Amino acid sequence: MQAEQDSLEKVVCETEVEIKNADGLHMRPAMQFVDIANQFDSDITVSNNETEVDGKSIMQMSMLAAICGTKLKIKAEGSDAAKVISALRELVEEKLFGEPPP
Amino acid sequence: MKFADFVCFKATIPELKARDRDGAITELVSSLGKAGRLGKGKSKGLARAVIKREKEASTGMGKGIALPHVKHKAVKDVIAAIGLSSAGIDFSALDKQPVYSIILLISPVDQPDRHLQAMENIFRHLQHEKFRKFLRQCRSAEQVEDLLREADENSSL
Repeated sequence: MQAEQDSLEKVVCETEVEIKNADGLHMRPAMQFVDIANQFDSDITVSNNETEVDGKSIMQMSMLAAICGTKLKIKAEGSDAAKVISALRELVEEKLFGEPPP
Repeated sequence: MKFADFVCFKATIPELKARDRDGAITELVSSLGKAGRLGKGKSKGLARAVIKREKEASTGMGKGIALPHVKHKAVKDVIAAIGLSSAGIDFSALDKQPVYSIILLISPVDQPDRHLQAMENIFRHLQHEKFRKFLRQCRSAEQVEDLLREADENSSL
């Protein structure tokens, strides 16, 4: 699920990812996420149903407390938005943050 | 989850004697041990495990806060102890600044969700500058307990 919307200057991309590693989004995965997010210029927000946070802030990402099975919406706004989405999706759903599944 | 659900108020150290990271962690772990919250004889191995985890990646998140943590069989449910240092301690924090408030969190090996819920609670409050400031300014275990209980009642703190 990936929506792209082109305006004059900024591109907005959104996707939903599922946390698939057994231990969920604890501090180390959150740090990996933030490290990758900070390699891009785009503004990145991540939300569960209740909270929306800055995907570049480790304090805020830790607040999501996403357990295994949680679905998170990632939204990127900026010139490299599409790359953001693909890099973060790979980290979360394909690499599972380098951690084992349940 | 609320602070009162997992913070051991009896183990609070309002002024850490240690001046370095490993010393502060060891002090907090033995405080939890003295409060009777760890399996017997588990303190030493537990402190080592927390320090080992801390060496892999600093839990100094910036803004004067560190959250050393580990999963360990010494506990049956998540338990936390809070230590403060007015002098500041080098935790190799992300922002390279000293740490003044340390929240040590020990989680059982088999309950990753409880660990995340405790983290969620801690970070929800640490977002607020006011909360960080009040925590750092506490001078006694009672003040820490009062602050955390107030935070449990008031989500804007």
